[in-house]
Amino acid sequence: MRHSPARVAGEVGREALILGKIVLVTGVARGLPGRFVRRMLREPDVDRVIGVDAVEPEHELGGAEFVRADIRQPAIGKLLAETGADTVVHMDVNGTPLGSGGGRGTVKETNVIGTMQLLGACQKAPALRRLVIKSSTSVYGGAPRDPAVFSETTPPKSLPSGGFAKDAVEVEGYVRGFARRRPDVAVCVLRFANILGPCADSPLAEYFALPVLPTVIGYDPRLQFVHEDDAVEVLRIAAGEPRRATDNSGTFNIAGDGVLLLSQAARRLGRPTLPLLLPALTWTRSALRFTGITDFSPEQVRLLTHGRVVATRQMRDTLGFHPTYSTAEAFADYVRDRGPGLLPPEALARSVDRLAAMLPTGRGQS
Amino acid sequence: MADAKVIPFGEEPRSRRRAARRTDRADAAERAGTGRPALKPVPAQREDPPGPVPGTVRPADEGEGARPAAGGWERKLAQGLNFLRRRVTGEYEVDDFGYDAELTEQVLMSLLRPVYEKYFRVEVKGIENIPDTGGALVVSNHSGVLPLDGLMLQVAVHDHHPAERNLRLLGADLVFMLPVVNELARKAGHTLACAEDAQLLLERGEVVGVMPEGFKGLGKPFSQRYKLQRFGRGGFVSTALRARVPIVPCSIVGAEEIYPMVGNARTLARLLGLPYFPVTPTFPLLGPLGAVPLPTKWTIQFGEPIPTDGYSPEAADDPMLMFNLTDQVRETIQHTLYRLLVQRRSVFF
Repeated sequence: MRHSPARVAGEVGREALILGKIVLVTGVARGLPGRFVRRMLREPDVDRVIGVDAVEPEHELGGAEFVRADIRQPAIGKLLAETGADTVVHMDVNGTPLGSGGGRGTVKETNVIGTMQLLGACQKAPALRRLVIKSSTSVYGGAPRDPAVFSETTPPKSLPSGGFAKDAVEVEGYVRGFARRRPDVAVCVLRFANILGPCADSPLAEYFALPVLPTVIGYDPRLQFVHEDDAVEVLRIAAGEPRRATDNSGTFNIAGDGVLLLSQAARRLGRPTLPLLLPALTWTRSALRFTGITDFSPEQVRLLTHGRVVATRQMRDTLGFHPTYSTAEAFADYVRDRGPGLLPPEALARSVDRLAAMLPTGRGQS
Repeated sequence: MADAKVIPFGEEPRSRRRAARRTDRADAAERAGTGRPALKPVPAQREDPPGPVPGTVRPADEGEGARPAAGGWERKLAQGLNFLRRRVTGEYEVDDFGYDAELTEQVLMSLLRPVYEKYFRVEVKGIENIPDTGGALVVSNHSGVLPLDGLMLQVAVHDHHPAERNLRLLGADLVFMLPVVNELARKAGHTLACAEDAQLLLERGEVVGVMPEGFKGLGKPFSQRYKLQRFGRGGFVSTALRARVPIVPCSIVGAEEIYPMVGNARTLARLLGLPYFPVTPTFPLLGPLGAVPLPTKWTIQFGEPIPTDGYSPEAADDPMLMFNLTDQVRETIQHTLYRLLVQRRSVFF
């Protein structure tokens, strides 16, 4: 099916293959896409990497070309036609605005209208062979009536009603439509769990940076993390030719092995938690947003209430990707990076040891 | 309505069962003695001496406190401090479902054990029907207004099974909607009663416990005690067939009488969003004091496992087979309930 496009498309595609791949990456002003661009430049079969964003990136893009373009404008179609890109990696689907520019409205517009515009351009690009979308596991929502572990085929019991999660659901809907209209393009949707790492500016990373973590009384959500290195690696696999016995078109959950509870994560991070009633948490949220410290969206609150765990069997068996960091290891790396909080676990462990030493029995232990 | 409708079933060959169990027991003892001598001496200890009623395990005879070593409290204290150290630093493991094995073993089970041993004095029969390894689906009746029977079942499997297996219960969505309750349920290894979760747990080789009667069984009036309600839509059978694990029927006697529910305040229940609001002779009347369960004497009997590996994989989609198997499990539990009721001397002793 993939090899039945219009004749022209096939020929241009073959030509591109001979010349080496031309990869177009959106949203490169952010940290993770920037790293991905630098990684793609080292791939032997990649000829050109073009980074696109509406704002100039502050970080280096290596030898990649940067084109300042807003994906919400039709100019993106012209760019796609001029460069003859055969691989598009769409990473401009985000939960938070970049820096201080714009609010939730701008983000939503970039997510939804930007994706529509980009997919429209892709549909008119005969050279296009491969499309990779960075999505999120938040498309599953998260409610008490949902199963404990989501697989790619689990229908969500309650669709996200707003915020980034709803954007991601809509983006995936448009991508499915595109995949139907262009069966010759290999489409890969990667649903990432919370990405942690030095470059990743995920909302959850901002949350863990708070000195005291507000939590919801009576709920201890299960969380999963992906390390940034693994995220870049899986994007590379998805953007390249599939290895033998693997297939990189389809929808895949991407998460590290294992689970951390929020309480557990807070203890490992050494930050005290502040359990609040659900309405109080919403007020805290508004207060934090007002003071400009951070903003965690309603869907963030939902994650911190019900948690979310996904099955990664497809990622291992079909995509052939095995993350190097487990959830706990990715988090440990984040902790090393950020330094301990107000209650460092080492200090707590020491005080327990001291207590043990004071007792006549504890001497033999530890 | 008392127990008049109890139908005594043909005296089942107890002597044969007893003999079978003795050989099982010998096997288990042998295994414990030779197979893994250094690591797991516990099963051997747990075997109670041939008591007055062979084939039953008396909770009062065993437990950790039964054989305190010299200076036992000192070791316990040190263990407790080690436990505290791991808890405050977050260095413990939970599985994908949020099951916190350490917390369950050290805290939750220790809290439930006195209720199990001293208050309800649970007697367990046929624990060997749960396999030592691999998945199994334990299907049980459900009663008693509050799901204490599920918790007691979990303690029974944990404390009496030679392989110390942990029962993973499937709970109603209400459990996972309530704050605090959902957190504790997840940490104790429970998860939502849905086909996806059950299948995943069974595939991982866990013992899964399900009470297909659900709220219909839990909140039925006292006059209908020990009458099994409809077994859902038989989803548990297709899950067991898909995972190819045996179904172990389980009958619990004693839970029906802990809260004699004589009425149901439907309007109040609807207002509170609950499936029912129980009215017992003591409950709303005496306030929180009325919520103390009656100290009935319980018996938990595990029946012969029903194998499912003989069916083809397509069998899980055959509604007729599904109904038949559901009925078979239901009848087995119902008949065992009647038999246990005949054998019971009194509700409280």
